[in-house]
Amino acid sequence: MQDYILRLDHVHKTYGSYAAVNQVSFDVPKGSIFGLLGPNGAGKTSLIRIITTITRADSGTVLLDGERLNNRHPEVIGYMPEERGLYKKMKVGEHLLYLGRLKGLSKAQAQKDLDYWFEKFEIRDWWNKKVEELSKGMQQKIQFIATVLHKPKLLILDEPFSGLDPINTNLIKDEIDELRRQGVSILFSTHRMEQVEEICEKIVLINKGTVILEGKVKDIKNQYKENLFRVDFEGELPAEFSSRAAVISQKADSVTVQMPLGSSSNELLDYLIRNGVIIHGFKEILPSLNEIFIRQVGESNEAES
Amino acid sequence: MKKLGIIIRREYLTRVTRRSFIIATFLTPLGFALLFVVVGVIFSYQSDDERKVAIIDYDNILRGSIKDENNLYFKFVQDDLDEMKTRIDDTDFDGILVLPALKDLYVGRYTAFYYSEKQPTPDIELAIKARLSTAMRDYKIDSLQLDRKLLEALDTRIELDPEPLRETGQDASVLTSAIASGIGFIMGIIMYMAVFIYGMMIMRSVMEEKTTRIVEVMISSVRPFELMLGKIIGVGAVGLTQFAIWAILIPLISMGASFVFGIDSNRFDASTMSAAEIDPDDMQAMIGLAMHELGNQNWWFLIPAFIFYFLGGYFLYASLFAAVGSAMGDDLGEGQALTIPITIPVLLAFYIMMAAVQAPNSSLAVWSSIFPLFSPIVMPARLAFSPPLWEVALSMVVLAASSVFFVWLSGRIYRVGILMYGKKVTLKELGKWMFYKD
Repeated sequence: MQDYILRLDHVHKTYGSYAAVNQVSFDVPKGSIFGLLGPNGAGKTSLIRIITTITRADSGTVLLDGERLNNRHPEVIGYMPEERGLYKKMKVGEHLLYLGRLKGLSKAQAQKDLDYWFEKFEIRDWWNKKVEELSKGMQQKIQFIATVLHKPKLLILDEPFSGLDPINTNLIKDEIDELRRQGVSILFSTHRMEQVEEICEKIVLINKGTVILEGKVKDIKNQYKENLFRVDFEGELPAEFSSRAAVISQKADSVTVQMPLGSSSNELLDYLIRNGVIIHGFKEILPSLNEIFIRQVGESNEAES
Repeated sequence: MKKLGIIIRREYLTRVTRRSFIIATFLTPLGFALLFVVVGVIFSYQSDDERKVAIIDYDNILRGSIKDENNLYFKFVQDDLDEMKTRIDDTDFDGILVLPALKDLYVGRYTAFYYSEKQPTPDIELAIKARLSTAMRDYKIDSLQLDRKLLEALDTRIELDPEPLRETGQDASVLTSAIASGIGFIMGIIMYMAVFIYGMMIMRSVMEEKTTRIVEVMISSVRPFELMLGKIIGVGAVGLTQFAIWAILIPLISMGASFVFGIDSNRFDASTMSAAEIDPDDMQAMIGLAMHELGNQNWWFLIPAFIFYFLGGYFLYASLFAAVGSAMGDDLGEGQALTIPITIPVLLAFYIMMAAVQAPNSSLAVWSSIFPLFSPIVMPARLAFSPPLWEVALSMVVLAASSVFFVWLSGRIYRVGILMYGKKVTLKELGKWMFYKD
């Protein structure tokens, strides 16, 4: 049994003289939600196009479930591109049948699976509607069904929530969660960090075609933490408090401090309590992925120039 | 390849079930028939604008008689011209025709004068001129004391009846080459229209797939080449369906029309008649002969060959249009420049075809009917003239090979083009795409 649904090894792709994907290697564990992050133009879409067999890498290998990519693989991948659309004049039901059959489903199977999804999303009366009669959010739902209809092993979602209202965003989020529970591996590409923190277990950050950061979200945050703590308190801070820890910012009832390396948070708490400060809250401040993202991208851009 | 079938099915069915397709397919032949009828009525429409013309004939050229017809009425007056001019408002004359005396009977030119408030309209001018011309002829014949019979013997109508050299050859009639030209011309025109109409249809459809971004979803399931080929085949099948319907409807409608207008082509069994016996002025006999000539054509060769050229030309040009469509962005106008390299050969082929119908064995016609960008339009126009078999065979082989090559080439451009967004594409770039790796 493979632990990885997807393994990229030194994948390289150039367009003209520009390396859109530069020696990229990473693994996507089975049954997890994996974040592929990067600023616009980082090479996310180029990379996804290689994984979905739309284009081929110049060099390097891509293993899908232990097998080298081949032309049967599109049938086990569900891809929802960032730039997505539907045939406007087609009827919803017909359209989904068509896309399902192109993914290798038989007509009867596609019909059966569609019945399930139409029931689930309570959209049975949409079957004979033309796509152009649907709102943008409704079309996104159809697009989602089209992506998962053939029960892919690997789901690739490129900015799946763009253009969705909060209600539909939650709906799709729940579906993604459920699919993951069913064992589907999900590659989630975005540049919206708050979604990543919420959804992904592991991430890879690429910039200008190169991997600049990879790992579990928790580990990465710990790796980039700056020993920042926030104390909510009542009373007077001791006068020589700033010698114990560097004060980053201070308000009447809270203070953010950076602990010197090697000192423990308990020591600081102990010190404050002994000095008669009433503590309401004590919390470590981890950097948000957004901050890490901006810093790392900035650093890698600087290193380049 | 199973997926190719699914794509073809969708491309075909979505088009033939569209209301606009059904309307265009069934109304076009009717529209043509209606157009012919309306044009016929317009041209046979007589002016209802009545005119009364006073004639002052100094030399009595008309000898006091001229026919009134087509709402044109004449009256001879003896009055003086100046007096007539001043009085014209009191009379009901619209104009005064003055015929000066003919001084020299041997002069081939004569000027009459027409005085009127308004400019004479072209139909009046023509009617007056025609009548004066016959009257003048009679006047001259009498004045010169010529023999009418001798004069008539001078006019000879020439016919050329082609006869075969060998017994086995087919006896052609006076109409054979005209009919062949007609068939050739119609075939050429159909090919020309098919290439444009269906080529453009492909191009727009590819553009639409690109701008609605469905294409990215599609090519995560199928290869771009399959998608392009499926579309080309599907639309081609739509074209064949349309032609098949027209091929049935047009004869039916024209039969109906000829029934209504009383032309009975069966009344003359032209096959029993020798062409030379038919009086060219006998319209119905001519139509009978034409029908006979049409029946003599080797349709078992013409129709399959025509379908072959239709398919060959269609695949060749449709794939090029698909390639161009893939390179276009949302802006149709901007991309129009890219279609020029395709439309130029089509237009050239069209003009060569018109020349080829006149001189089907000229070297221009022969070589153009072998060159694959021209042959789909030029060769069908020559087919009815029975060109040498080796030419047809060579032309077919070259066309088949070129179609395959162009479909392949366009596929190379297409797969890159459909994923390119927001970039104005030049022809040079299109050329580069052919050499991109997958």
